[in-house]
Amino acid sequence: MSTTTKPAKTSARPGRSLAILGLVLIALTGLVFVQSATAVRLGLDLRGGTSVTLQPRIAPGESGKVTNEAIDQAVSIIRQRVNSLGVAESEVTAQGSGTNRQIVISVPGDTGRRVVELVGQTAELRFRQVLATATSTGTTDATATPVTGVSAALNAKFVALDCTKAENLQGSGTDAPTDTIVSCDRAGTNKYILAPAEVLGRQVSKASASIDTQGGSAWYVSLTFNGEGTKAFGALTTRVTTLATPLNQVAIVLDGLVVSAPRITEAIPSGNAQITGSFTQLEAQDLANVLKYGALPLAFDRGEVQQVSPTLGADQLNAGLLAGGIGLGLVLLYSLLYYRGLGMVTVGSLTIAGSLVYLLFLLLGKWIGFTLTLAGIAGAIVAIGVTADSFIIYFERIRDEIREGRTLRTAVETGWGRARRTILVADFVSIIAAVLLYFFAVGGVRGFAFTLGLTTLIDLIVVFVFTKPIVTILARMNFFASGHPLSGLSAKSTGTLPVAKEA
Amino acid sequence: MSKFSGLGGRLYRGETSIDFIGRRRRWYAISGIFILLSIAALSLQGLHLGIEFKGGSSFTVTKAGATVDQARAAVTSAGIPGESIIQTIGSEKIRVQTGALDTAQNNAVQDALAAKFSVKVESIDTQIVGPSWGKEITRKALYGLFGFLICVMLYLAMAFEPKMAIAAIAAVVHDVFITVGIYALVGFDVTPATVIGFLTILGYSLYDTVVVFDKIRENTRTITASSKSTYSQATNLAVNQTLVRSMNTSLIALLPVGSILFVGAGLLGAGTLKDLSLALFIGLAVGTYSSIFIAPPVLAQLREKEPAMQALAKRVGGRTATAETSAPVVSVGGERRGPRNQPKRKHRK
Repeated sequence: MSTTTKPAKTSARPGRSLAILGLVLIALTGLVFVQSATAVRLGLDLRGGTSVTLQPRIAPGESGKVTNEAIDQAVSIIRQRVNSLGVAESEVTAQGSGTNRQIVISVPGDTGRRVVELVGQTAELRFRQVLATATSTGTTDATATPVTGVSAALNAKFVALDCTKAENLQGSGTDAPTDTIVSCDRAGTNKYILAPAEVLGRQVSKASASIDTQGGSAWYVSLTFNGEGTKAFGALTTRVTTLATPLNQVAIVLDGLVVSAPRITEAIPSGNAQITGSFTQLEAQDLANVLKYGALPLAFDRGEVQQVSPTLGADQLNAGLLAGGIGLGLVLLYSLLYYRGLGMVTVGSLTIAGSLVYLLFLLLGKWIGFTLTLAGIAGAIVAIGVTADSFIIYFERIRDEIREGRTLRTAVETGWGRARRTILVADFVSIIAAVLLYFFAVGGVRGFAFTLGLTTLIDLIVVFVFTKPIVTILARMNFFASGHPLSGLSAKSTGTLPVAKEA
Repeated sequence: MSKFSGLGGRLYRGETSIDFIGRRRRWYAISGIFILLSIAALSLQGLHLGIEFKGGSSFTVTKAGATVDQARAAVTSAGIPGESIIQTIGSEKIRVQTGALDTAQNNAVQDALAAKFSVKVESIDTQIVGPSWGKEITRKALYGLFGFLICVMLYLAMAFEPKMAIAAIAAVVHDVFITVGIYALVGFDVTPATVIGFLTILGYSLYDTVVVFDKIRENTRTITASSKSTYSQATNLAVNQTLVRSMNTSLIALLPVGSILFVGAGLLGAGTLKDLSLALFIGLAVGTYSSIFIAPPVLAQLREKEPAMQALAKRVGGRTATAETSAPVVSVGGERRGPRNQPKRKHRK
């Protein structure tokens, strides 16, 4: 149809692209060892574990909106609880975008039911009077003296409470507001006996951290109560301010753990209070956040719970690998049968693509916590086909050009110019699909979208820096240029009339 | 194989030509019947939604020799209301699916099954889906679908031409209908994995269409400058020229998907792999069909409406004295033997 086509630019230096590719592969391999990322991180569906997806919503009887900050607060509360299980590699993350995020909790291993029970509870902020306090140093606590007016059982519990143990810092959200409780602080250094709650988190209307520029640049937290809260907090402060330490302290308790236990220095009937102390900016802001979002307890719809036993995980992993192996084998076999010599290029390209994908799986596991799930494996297997398709588009283009009467060396270049465009457009459509799937979906779907997108990108790289240059080099070889029957480019297999030299 | 490749050469030169564009009424009729069947199946039977969409719990016990009756007895003893679906998967797995349960009920079923089959509670693979979760997933899937269609349409309109975007989307909508119809008709379970597979297929179906359209555009770029062939004829030649490529790319894509389906359905029995690959498999087949039989004729029809193309059709009609679009594109023999023997264009970008 046409006689002149600008040769593609890459034609000049096929060796350089290959050298660069080689360097990249060596560099990535080096990085894998330097970062000691020698195993792909497997998802829970491949090694067993429990994952829970929670959908936050406004608790019944509350008004307001689910805000980003409230979700972050919820994530940190749940993370505190999950960490108390002491299972390595547990994760609590918010997924999705905006205020419509879900909280995904994944805990490997056999902990199933405990995780489910642990994470679903609503956390609420409460103000409780401190009845006794002691430093929690470990096993023996001589400083914990019995307190009068508290049951012996509770006193015993107080003495025995060891806040250095992770399980005592989990905060199950099971503390009833009307009970007298024993509790640890968040850091695990102090323990308390606390009176029933007198002010609730939802009675706080505002909280913020500010800096007192006059009084020596100290950070403080100011909080404002609503009508109900003003009355209750007024009564509480009036009653305790004249008592002796620690009875004049009011603990701010979130999720069963003491966040702060400020001493009340005067009665506060106005509903406006300030908490001062030796806060850093961060501490002051954290406390303000707790007060603000603890005031808006989120409830969670348990979206999905998945418990996979390690046996099933191993089965799924094997099945995924087997399917990948068979799929790859079939694709290679077909390429070799159909494209003969050119099929070897497919074998080489898929090998390079496969190595790049594997190295990136290793490194991304280290860098961004990428985990390979069953859906991810499926995405990678599907990508074998998509990757091989770009080679076919190119090979068929070369054949078309030969049918136009070009020599192989010219056909390789003009064919590339046209195939390149098709490949770019087609791969771009795949990438749009992957990106949209990634942003609209949760959990397994994201894994699929991620691997699909990653492998499509790698496909592009491989076609440009490996497949094209290697075909250019091969075209110079007599085996291919003369149209040997096994080259896949013979007159018979392209169906051309005898190869004509270009005029 | 080489016979097949030889076919590629004949198709390319137009010696062998299948009239895809001229017989479009036939392809439209076939697809129309399938779409009507799909709509009928959808409205009469509806889709078989998995528990992910309805809410519910699924418990899988791995124990050789476990029977459905034993499992049913265990579930009944746990006091679960409503009908549970209990089925064996492979030879040593049994799966119980119930409606939406609360935490206590879920624990009761796990305990009852563990006791009945004397396995550890932790070894029971459990999936619990809250009732409101399905709505969320469905909503997201629909967002994904529409977002995808809009983005791709915009992209194709920019990369190709607006009418190509319309034809490509028409083909995709066609694929969606027929694939969903097959699911409704056969009663396959629809799970989130199905939906992912399905969305992927949309991308893939477009990939195929893009390859064909690319060739059409190349063949028709300067078509109005001469009076050799009408838009439809040039389009038909392009489809024939890319036929071998389309079949190869589809086959290569089907091979890995087929192997996932084989392993997923055969070895694991049920789950992500099977659902995903089944949707991919069906969608790939439908997508390949539409990229050859639906998208190009729709495009040709749209373009033939343009005054320039109608004028061209008249000129060509005058020359060859054949009826415009229903004529075979290039007949075997005669003086017009295909692109090789046609006057060559001198410059191209």
